Amino acid sequence: MLIVSMCLPLSVKINFRKSCVIIALVLQSACTAPTPDAKFNDPYEASNRTNYDLLISIDRSILRPAGQLASAFPTEVTGRVASFADTVGLPSMVANGLLQGDVVGVGVNTMRFLINTTVGIGGTFDPAGAIGLVEETTDFGETLAVWGVAEGAYLVLPVFGPSTERDAVGTLIDMLFNPLQSVGTAAQLDYAMDARVANLAISRGAFMDTIDGVLYNSADSYAVARMAYLQNRRFELGLEPPVSDEIDPFSNEFSLEGFE
Amino acid sequence: MVDLTCSRRNLMAVGGAGVLAALPLPSFALTSNEAEALVNSAVGDINVVIQSGANMNSMVNSFKGVFERYSDTPYIAAYALGNDGRSASQAQKSAFSSAFGNYLARKYGSRFNEFAGGEIQVQGSKAVNSYIEVNTLAILRNQSPFHVDFHVSDRPGRPVFFNLIIEGINMLLSERAEIGTMLDARGGNLDALISDLV
Repeated sequence: MLIVSMCLPLSVKINFRKSCVIIALVLQSACTAPTPDAKFNDPYEASNRTNYDLLISIDRSILRPAGQLASAFPTEVTGRVASFADTVGLPSMVANGLLQGDVVGVGVNTMRFLINTTVGIGGTFDPAGAIGLVEETTDFGETLAVWGVAEGAYLVLPVFGPSTERDAVGTLIDMLFNPLQSVGTAAQLDYAMDARVANLAISRGAFMDTIDGVLYNSADSYAVARMAYLQNRRFELGLEPPVSDEIDPFSNEFSLEGFE
Repeated sequence: MVDLTCSRRNLMAVGGAGVLAALPLPSFALTSNEAEALVNSAVGDINVVIQSGANMNSMVNSFKGVFERYSDTPYIAAYALGNDGRSASQAQKSAFSSAFGNYLARKYGSRFNEFAGGEIQVQGSKAVNSYIEVNTLAILRNQSPFHVDFHVSDRPGRPVFFNLIIEGINMLLSERAEIGTMLDARGGNLDALISDLV
């Protein structure tokens, strides 16, 4: 979905000096602690809402029309772009898998990259998926989580969208250190960025109604996106939902009389 | 145009669920098999609606029927209204329950076209507290498969869904937040909310 795909790190080359700033950020990210009793750890809500409004206007003027355009293409075309975008993201996932000590993930993603780059014609097809090697999605935000870094406050980043303090650092690190630079083919290096941007439009188009529902037909679109991002991200990281989210139809929390 | 796959077991389950729906059975211990059968059966019924090719209004009405047959509508409505429902009159609760059902059918019914050509595979199920969680994988064309968990209980004396978790996103919690915001936006006026949901 948009919220998820907007957080895909785009591979961008940034110079070394900038990367030192980022490392300082990581070390500093003794993340903002939640306020007791607050439903969400969102102390930057005011500036987050400003960034969120900006995202909505970007969606309305660019991403949504691009999604409509992408939907008009046959899936034979969009499927190739989506596969390529996926393949060029794999080296970064392999590196993160190594940092997390995830042997299976490293193996699956390495095989996917090798098979799809060769048999899958540079990554434009997904023969690895067809034989059951399904991507073990990961990123540096997950690596930080595995290393025990706290989630920190909820953030809405300009352009990238919903994130947390931990995931924002992860996104930056993934952009700075992309092993595709060392292992990718010339075509992969040339078109990686284009494919990932195009893939955003493809996903936007594929889930047009659901994303429109969240962005344009919710009573408080910001709150819906925040809840959805945090729940989805914790799920991706393999965390159990908090006990306060438990829903028990047999608890006599409230009377059902009248609703029957 | 649409083919959410329906196995032999699903078809048998459709028959079974029909019998269950017809008889107001006393409360019984829900088994994993019954919970999985409910999911297969509901997915089968939703496919029939999608494949009917009817217009959107008529499909939304059919979805409302499926929703009432397979889900714990009183509990879902009461949960979504939450504490705001405590001071409501019986008539308001009943009106809200009905209006909320329409709202859900419209909201989710209009999104089912994204599932065209897709398939829901039951992966397994497990008991969690007082209910059964059925884990499924939604496989859509040209999209990575994603996890959908159905929470099934036998609170009304038959197996029914009361929640749906899509890739970790809790639908019932989202709806409670949404309804709370809508009520706040109307200065807490439940009647105004009900007439807007209808």
